Amino acid sequence: MEVLVFHWTAKKTLSKPGVRNVVLVEGVRTPFLQAGTTYADLMAHDLARGALQGLLNRTAFPKEAVDYIVYGTVIQEVKTSNVAREAALGAGFSDKTPAHTVTMACISSNQAMTTAVGLVASGQCDAVVAGGVEFMSDVPIRHSRKMRKMMLSLNRARTLGARLSLLGSLRLSHLVPELPAVSEFSTAEMMGHSADRLAAAFGISRLDQDEFALRSHVLAKKAQDEGLLTDIVDFKVPGKDIVSKDNGIRPSTMEQMSKLKPAFIKPHGTVTAANSSYLTDGASAVLIMSEEKALAMGYKPKAYLSPTYAIPKVLERSGLTLADIDAFEFHEAFAGQVLANLTAMESDWFAQNCMGRKAKVGAPPMEKFNLWGGSLSLGHPFAATGCRLVTMVAHRLKKEGGQYGLVAACAAGGQGHAMLVEACPQ
Amino acid sequence: NNSFNMNGILLGSVGVNRQTRTHVNYEVKDNVAVIRINDPTSKVNTLTRQLQDDMMEVLNEVWGNSAVKSAVIISTKPGCFIAGANIDMIKVCKSAEEVSKLSKEGQMMFEKIEKSPIPFVAAVNGTCMGGGLEFAIACHYRVATKSKKTVMALPEVMLGLLPGAGGTQRMPKMLGLPTAFDVMLTGRSIRADKAKKMGLVHHVIDPLGPGVKDPEERLIEYLEEVAVGVAKGLAKKTVTVEKKKGLMQKVQDAVLGIPLVRNQVYKTVTQKVMKQTKGLYPAPLSIIEAVQAGVEKGPAEGYHVEAVNFGKLAMTPESRALIGLYQGQVACKKNNFGKPEREVKSLAVLGAGLMGAGIAQVTVDKGVATILKDTTTEGLARGHDQVYKGLNDKAKKKSITTFERDMTLSFLKGQLDYSGFEKVDMVIEAVFEDLSIKHKVLKEVEAVIPPHCIFASNTSALPIREIAAASKRPEKVIGMHYFSPVDKMQLLEIITTDKTSKDTTASAVAVGLKQGKVIIVVGDGPGFYTTRCLAPTLVEGIRILQEGVGPKKLDSLTTGFGFPVGVSTLIDEVGVDVAAHVAEDLGKAFGSRFGGGNVDVLKTMIQKGFKGRKSGKGCYVYSAKKKDKQVNSGTEEILKAFKLTAPPAVSGDEDVQYRLVSRFVNEAALCLQEGILADPVQGDIGAVFGLGFPPCLGGPFRFLDSFGADKLVQKMKRYEDAYGNQFTPCQLLLDYAKDPSKKFHK
Repeated sequence: MEVLVFHWTAKKTLSKPGVRNVVLVEGVRTPFLQAGTTYADLMAHDLARGALQGLLNRTAFPKEAVDYIVYGTVIQEVKTSNVAREAALGAGFSDKTPAHTVTMACISSNQAMTTAVGLVASGQCDAVVAGGVEFMSDVPIRHSRKMRKMMLSLNRARTLGARLSLLGSLRLSHLVPELPAVSEFSTAEMMGHSADRLAAAFGISRLDQDEFALRSHVLAKKAQDEGLLTDIVDFKVPGKDIVSKDNGIRPSTMEQMSKLKPAFIKPHGTVTAANSSYLTDGASAVLIMSEEKALAMGYKPKAYLSPTYAIPKVLERSGLTLADIDAFEFHEAFAGQVLANLTAMESDWFAQNCMGRKAKVGAPPMEKFNLWGGSLSLGHPFAATGCRLVTMVAHRLKKEGGQYGLVAACAAGGQGHAMLVEACPQ
Repeated sequence: NNSFNMNGILLGSVGVNRQTRTHVNYEVKDNVAVIRINDPTSKVNTLTRQLQDDMMEVLNEVWGNSAVKSAVIISTKPGCFIAGANIDMIKVCKSAEEVSKLSKEGQMMFEKIEKSPIPFVAAVNGTCMGGGLEFAIACHYRVATKSKKTVMALPEVMLGLLPGAGGTQRMPKMLGLPTAFDVMLTGRSIRADKAKKMGLVHHVIDPLGPGVKDPEERLIEYLEEVAVGVAKGLAKKTVTVEKKKGLMQKVQDAVLGIPLVRNQVYKTVTQKVMKQTKGLYPAPLSIIEAVQAGVEKGPAEGYHVEAVNFGKLAMTPESRALIGLYQGQVACKKNNFGKPEREVKSLAVLGAGLMGAGIAQVTVDKGVATILKDTTTEGLARGHDQVYKGLNDKAKKKSITTFERDMTLSFLKGQLDYSGFEKVDMVIEAVFEDLSIKHKVLKEVEAVIPPHCIFASNTSALPIREIAAASKRPEKVIGMHYFSPVDKMQLLEIITTDKTSKDTTASAVAVGLKQGKVIIVVGDGPGFYTTRCLAPTLVEGIRILQEGVGPKKLDSLTTGFGFPVGVSTLIDEVGVDVAAHVAEDLGKAFGSRFGGGNVDVLKTMIQKGFKGRKSGKGCYVYSAKKKDKQVNSGTEEILKAFKLTAPPAVSGDEDVQYRLVSRFVNEAALCLQEGILADPVQGDIGAVFGLGFPPCLGGPFRFLDSFGADKLVQKMKRYEDAYGNQFTPCQLLLDYAKDPSKKFHK
């Protein structure tokens, strides 16, 4: 896996001269719901609007002070291809505030935040809203290429005869619809299939995966019950109830989980529905500002952010080690994938043969790892997860009294994203 | 094109004296015996005596252990399950009976596995060919990895043999008659996912990426884990061996249950084989016979016929010829000139014509950055399309994905100027065959390329030393003669002059090997080796046409001798203009020995626009609609105008065939005599892979060994009497004719 990593650091001593300190002021998200449940009849920009409005409500930030909006999405609704702009206008942001949409699979909102940090650090903006939305209850299903070609020709046909002759060429095969790609274009492999192979390559057993998934759900339930998931803003679904809780957290038992059949590689695979993240609807948003401006406007920033390179590199450069990290938030696409990644970090062979390093990086200790649940349990609306991770690590640092947090996420296409976050002084 | 690209039966050491178990071992895991194969003396596992003895010993221990409920057979050798039987075991046998005995031993071992009281799972990763596949299909269940190295095949037919360890008996039961015949008569390679579809394997697993150890090592472990799971399931009866049959399969089985239908199948297959082989290859017919015996008369008779036929085939000259070609091909896939000082990482091809684009295609295909330069945008666009089409055809056949096609194509850069040439490591020119143009191009190129860059000329006849005469650095000039179509023809003829440096040769061979070519390295001279053998054969063909043998008759006489393409068709394919060019050039260089037919026949054809297939007319008329090509009446008229009287003493059908062949063979022998050829092996490989010399004869030198140089010399003397020095046997031929114990191949 190519790991493209960014570092959000905080120590003023580490900050580069001439580069502004960039801070996370606030982060929010809509409740994450399983696809096809309460959000089923909405559209992507509705959820995005909810997150953006929620951010404004919580911060009481003056809309016209937002210089730029960057928003991520993966499966694009064709009617709102620049969903950032549609959602921003709908949420009442100024039409003078430009907005663009980014897509980078599961790290789309990570990329949105990175862009925001770049804009602030370079002095082009003082306040940028970043975020992401994913809406899996409805996906664009297209007519077949043949059918589309015929319909477009029909549009251009001038005479009745020409139209009839085109219609006469209609065959049953024209009517077979085209679904959004379930497999990656370049490798023709499905994500779950790839995760199963990854787990096999690292020798991660079915039992390990089920145990990790159960841990995620148990921790998420605990965090939910203790009211720790404060990044959630309520969402009112028209004609339905106000949603205020994630609905995919379901701690099960090992027995029940062991009964499931493999979902992708049959019959000997190890990835099942229970140890994978599920299709989720949800949106998130964060407010990123220059420290100077945030303080001037009377905000208490949560964390410092400044992008650099790979995790091991940034740790070495800043004089930190894994032991200095107080809170880890890793994206959990599949239990097998997380465990494989942790095994890779613990492996000298992997470090030497796949990363060009002399020795292993080392894996994070589990007592600091994803303590409030993760994508397996909270849900994974692809393009909204990145902001959820960063906001959660900032909240955890505050709650646990830690200083450094590390966020990492993987994405389709063999890409990855990581960042170092440091708590601001309280 | 890959008819000889296989290794179902491989070289290796013949079994050593039995002492300890070195090739096969096992351990028992959860009541499953995991039997691991690894031949420590070779890069691949072959069915040697030692391996078979080890295996029998292990099997007996496994069967004697009541705790073992099922077994897994797996190879721990990376990239290889079992590559086949050991060819030397067959070669050392002196009689058909000895070979039959080997076959019977194999049959017995596999029958024991088939009838074993506990189920066997074959876990296949890597090459699984010949005897290896016969081993796997004797097991009750097969799991295979989808690794690119996992290839299954019964390639014995390509060596003039048959699957002699039960293959002809089990395959029809497993795949049905039609598919079984297809697999055994073509010897084609089957990838794991295709094997799954065919019903040859039950289950496939995907290869793994990097983990905490070498990916292939982990893949073999993983394969073992999955296979052990299956073996446990089989023992507990939670996994069944039976596959669900589709409707089509059921219908086919029902239809083939009728003896009359089966008879029709045998008849049709035999007819097809006869049509394709002209009866020159005994192996396919022997395979049909063994299958028929088993299906119609029961297993006892089937196994008997298989073993007897295997023995008989091993003693045929056809099998020797094919094995010789296989071994020659392996020898010609090595670089005997050492490692080049620097690897060719970027290459430029001049001329985007048929040859240039073809060379570019096989180069980008291996991930080498390639510049394709032409002088016109039209030419460039055509060349680019040719490369795209070549790759897209592969994607259509699913041998690559469209994504891989695009990635491969990204290595190609089409341009009209010399920009970027200052960084290329090799330039291959494929411009028009004219010395002054070649000189002009060479000078232009040398003005822009870096000092280390090699200049290679893809010419079919112009002597390299004459091209190099214009060079400031003749040690960097070499000939690389490709054959059309470049992406299909396996041969590359590399021509060195006395000034070409060894490192330049090493580099050219390395590039050719990367392009997947079988390579012969020959000395410089007009027509080098291949064109020099071809020219007199073509000229003789024209004479035969002038003598009134029609193009169709000439074609059937040549194909009847074993040439894949008849001489008239060959003239059309090569191009009448090219043939005329070569005949005239070499005629000038070699004088009356290259005479015979009148070159003016070709020139008149060119004047009338009959340039061969590319112009739609040559000896034949070509049209996209009609499959059956008609003789071109215009050419017939020309031939009438140039009519010669055929001397009756040397114009019978057989004499016509031998006139063509003897001129070919004599010229090949002259090349060896003059040192153009370094050895007979390269001569045979060049003739078969470049010119289509009958594979069943194994090449001109193998043919001389089996037919007898003396017999050929006798024939040539008769032809010499009728036609003169075109049939004068060369000194080397006379030497071999005088002493029949002298052989080109040991």
